[in-house]
Amino acid sequence: MATTPNAATPADLAWSPRALLRRLRGADEIAHLITLIAAATLLLITALLVYQLWVLSAEARTKFGWNFFVTRTWDPVAGQFGALPFIYGTLVTSAVALALAVPLGVGGAIFLAELAPPKLSSSLTFVSDLLAAVPSVIYGLLGVFLLVPIMRTTIQPALKKWLGFLPLFQGPAYGIGFLTAGIVLAIMIVPFVLSVSREVLLAVARDQREAALALGATKWESTWKVVVPAARIGIFGSVFLALARALGETMAVTMVIGNNPRISASLFSPGYSIAAVLANEFSEATGNLYLSALIELGLVLFLLTFVLNGLARLLIVVTTARGSGVLPT
Amino acid sequence: MWRKTLNAIMLSLTGVCVVITVSVLFFILGYLVYNGGKDLSWNFFTHLPAPVGEVGGGMANAIVGSLKLLLLAALFGVPIGLLGGVYLAEFGGRIVPFLVRYTADLLNGVPSIVIGIFAYALVVMPMHHFSTLAGGVALGIMVIPTVLRNTESFLRDVPSTLREGSFALGANKWKMVATVVLPAASRGILTGVLLALARVAGETAPLLFTAFGNRYWSPGWMQPTSSLPVIIYTYATGPYEDWHQQAWAAGLVLLGLVLVTNILVRTFLARGTSFERS
Repeated sequence: MATTPNAATPADLAWSPRALLRRLRGADEIAHLITLIAAATLLLITALLVYQLWVLSAEARTKFGWNFFVTRTWDPVAGQFGALPFIYGTLVTSAVALALAVPLGVGGAIFLAELAPPKLSSSLTFVSDLLAAVPSVIYGLLGVFLLVPIMRTTIQPALKKWLGFLPLFQGPAYGIGFLTAGIVLAIMIVPFVLSVSREVLLAVARDQREAALALGATKWESTWKVVVPAARIGIFGSVFLALARALGETMAVTMVIGNNPRISASLFSPGYSIAAVLANEFSEATGNLYLSALIELGLVLFLLTFVLNGLARLLIVVTTARGSGVLPT
Repeated sequence: MWRKTLNAIMLSLTGVCVVITVSVLFFILGYLVYNGGKDLSWNFFTHLPAPVGEVGGGMANAIVGSLKLLLLAALFGVPIGLLGGVYLAEFGGRIVPFLVRYTADLLNGVPSIVIGIFAYALVVMPMHHFSTLAGGVALGIMVIPTVLRNTESFLRDVPSTLREGSFALGANKWKMVATVVLPAASRGILTGVLLALARVAGETAPLLFTAFGNRYWSPGWMQPTSSLPVIIYTYATGPYEDWHQQAWAAGLVLLGLVLVTNILVRTFLARGTSFERS
């Protein structure tokens, strides 16, 4: 934008065409400034968010230091705060969710990108997008009243019977716990894996598929050995994106995880997650240390999702931008 | 032979994956209609919650509370997002837009509960009590990045010939943006705004310690207020059977609103927004 040199001449004040032109050029500057302020507000809000999390967690950070992350006790009455059970719960539930959602989402994406006719593919993607729009508390509602009883009476006993030799599937079946939370999370993140993976699969050039088919590969072989490897970086990106969602997901997890700060190898055991403890205890936290420990948990959650999102976007941009040029190695 | 069998097996498995995913939506919808439909009555929309232990009552205050929160979110988030998007698409140079775009994506990925903490620190702590305003601020912050990125991308879709045409007619830049480019992209922008609002309408986590909750009407903007998502959470995790029933009904109303908005916006408004397609 070229700024007009604004020498205040008497002509500026006059209602002559020339002055009008000059004033309107000034209006361009004003429009530029106003929109810039709006864009800068976003930067300001984000900076303020980081600043507030950092400053308000100062008390807990100085008192506990790095021990915060390896301490198991969470005792607000005694003023002892350790984040380990919550970090553990967050990671375990997210891992369960990924283990279930990635095969489902990537498999579905393969069908939509490679097999389904375009019309069917786009209407199914539409349904999957709607699924992503369902509020988290609705998943929680179904989790509490539908999934938890089924887990308690059917799925957990069955797992115990067939896979009970693994430490993962031992202990009493409460219904609530890591496994149930992981399953609910899985259902919630499948649409993300599905739609992003579909995009990156569609970005793979057509010649690659045709070349593989011409060499005598079956449809599945061309998909699995050529198209998927070519898109794998983008698929990883979609997985990171879904993981970031899972880590920060609050309501559905809070309603089915059991809310018990416990570390247990068994997936049947009730646990707790960072987001869940924030949802449950933040509004009734008494005392500055308690509050700042909770805010430090929020800071941890923020940093985790920050790193994962950054990584995911990088990976997705890399694949979709290179698109056709990617060769399977 | 083996390769053909494998081909058939794996390809049908991918089909099964899609069927499972898609059927979840219909299942959720069906289950909510089944469980919540019978408790939906006129009273549900017009009455306050009954005192604890009494059967009946409605959620009028939660519905109004949700609308008030959405109004605040729109007032706060849409102008910033819209103008910011205009800046990125029309005025931006190189470094600032990159920074803003990156930050918007980052803010979009921040867990909603963390946004709640931020709004708590920003509004609740100075005021020393929960309020509708704090909830609106939390939701507004969540609206900004979506509206901003969406506005930018639809503005970029407007063909440059339109811009050149209006320049050729002697319009200057702000006039060109305000009277030619923005109207041309308006459907797309409106789609983005409505979808962003539909998304925050279902958010519970950022409201838990900002708008909090209220069993009565919330006068003005400075008192804590009830909202549909929070009341679903409270009622579903509460001990009373009657509360659970009401939670189903409220869940049906909320899901209905979110899905209907999504479907209408995506099928009608989103049609013909992109210039390449039409």
